[in-house]
Amino acid sequence: MNEWLRALISVLLLLVIMLVNGSMTIYMLRKVLGHMHLRLGPTELGPAGIAQLIPDIVKLLVKEDRHPNKTDYWIYAIAPILVFVPGLMAYAAIPFSEDLIASDMTYGFLMTVGFLSIIPLGIFAAGYASYNKYSLLGAMRSIGASISYEVPLILSAIVPIMLAGSLNLREIVLAQANSLWFIIPAFPSAIIFFICALMETANVPFDLAEAETELIAGFSTEYSAMRFGFMYLTEFSNNFILASLMVVLFFGGWTLPFVPAEIIEPIAPIIFVLKSYLLIFCFMVVKGSVSRFRVDQMAALGFKVLVTSALIWALIFGVGYKIFLMTVGGGA
Amino acid sequence: MDDFYVIFEGERLEYHQIVIALFVIVGAAFALVGLSASWLLSPTNPTHGKGISFESGVDAIGEPWIRFRAGYFVYAMLYVIFDIEVVFLYPWAVALGSEATGWFILVEMVLFVVILLGGLAYAQKEGALQWH
Repeated sequence: MNEWLRALISVLLLLVIMLVNGSMTIYMLRKVLGHMHLRLGPTELGPAGIAQLIPDIVKLLVKEDRHPNKTDYWIYAIAPILVFVPGLMAYAAIPFSEDLIASDMTYGFLMTVGFLSIIPLGIFAAGYASYNKYSLLGAMRSIGASISYEVPLILSAIVPIMLAGSLNLREIVLAQANSLWFIIPAFPSAIIFFICALMETANVPFDLAEAETELIAGFSTEYSAMRFGFMYLTEFSNNFILASLMVVLFFGGWTLPFVPAEIIEPIAPIIFVLKSYLLIFCFMVVKGSVSRFRVDQMAALGFKVLVTSALIWALIFGVGYKIFLMTVGGGA
Repeated sequence: MDDFYVIFEGERLEYHQIVIALFVIVGAAFALVGLSASWLLSPTNPTHGKGISFESGVDAIGEPWIRFRAGYFVYAMLYVIFDIEVVFLYPWAVALGSEATGWFILVEMVLFVVILLGGLAYAQKEGALQWH
């Protein structure tokens, strides 16, 4: 009975975390982009405008939910759920601290990436069922984007996994606790992973599926009210998932260098969340500074540049690492 | 937690699988609650204009559900190939650091990756990586 309770509590807790992450990221995006544009962003409600979130959510709840008469209704109706549920499941293996993990799976990294790759299917369903040309184009583009980032994203994570010798996210962090953060030996991987994370979260240089200057709002053109809310909540909370995966793989998770474990232990989740939000901030700075790629440029970047370089780098690193282990024999 | 399991339809479910199942149930339930709350709270006033698809303020010409080519067809094929390759690379990456594995898996994987990189270079040379 204890285990059932633990499972249920962890799922509900992560649901709350997802909602908070989604809305906090929206607020942060408006603030960061505002300051980058030399304006202030939301300021009126609450300290620094943070209470602006509440009317935003209420507005989503009480708006009229209209859709074109000819939609493929059932697909249209379940698409937001198809997007939202995998977005929530991706939190399952994220290690907020050594004990705060909903599901400490041995294959945690692959499962998280797997859940994330279900989301484009929900987006495709939404775009197809909307009975709108812009939505269909956005849907096709989102599939095109997902095939160009997924392979380099997974390939670039191979080097940290080689170093940690495990797919379990907690063990990857623990492997960095007593040695270097993997950003130092695996710096090229971190760069590739960062670019792919920008693609995965549909941040601006790669936000082709919803490019608002070309496609109105892409796949979500015909969505309104809470259905729209769920899709965008997931989009924004994905920022946190990708950032936290990157923190786990390259920035030592909840650990800090030169700080003993006893001091870290009580504040571990705070460190983890702060690191993740620092990375989300980096995503937003990129979003505010560069302009959008074309769709063919993105696929070319994915396959010609990122896959090739990730593969060659994994190969070089693997050979070097094995030779290092076999000759110097440093305890892996 | 490690020795906790449930028998469901003759299958043994581990704790992690139960958590994943709970994620699906709770997530879908929450989404349904949110959508029904919106349905209960929001006004309904369907007019003719609200029922046609959005097209920058004018009436759309033609059907949206048409056939059109996906320019990334070849990329999609390559994607499948490389995704399968990654499946082979992962166990290798996990096992590489352990002392039990020798030089053999290293040489093997180098050959495998080099062949695939050769394939990618050939696709590039033949112009398969062009967006049509």
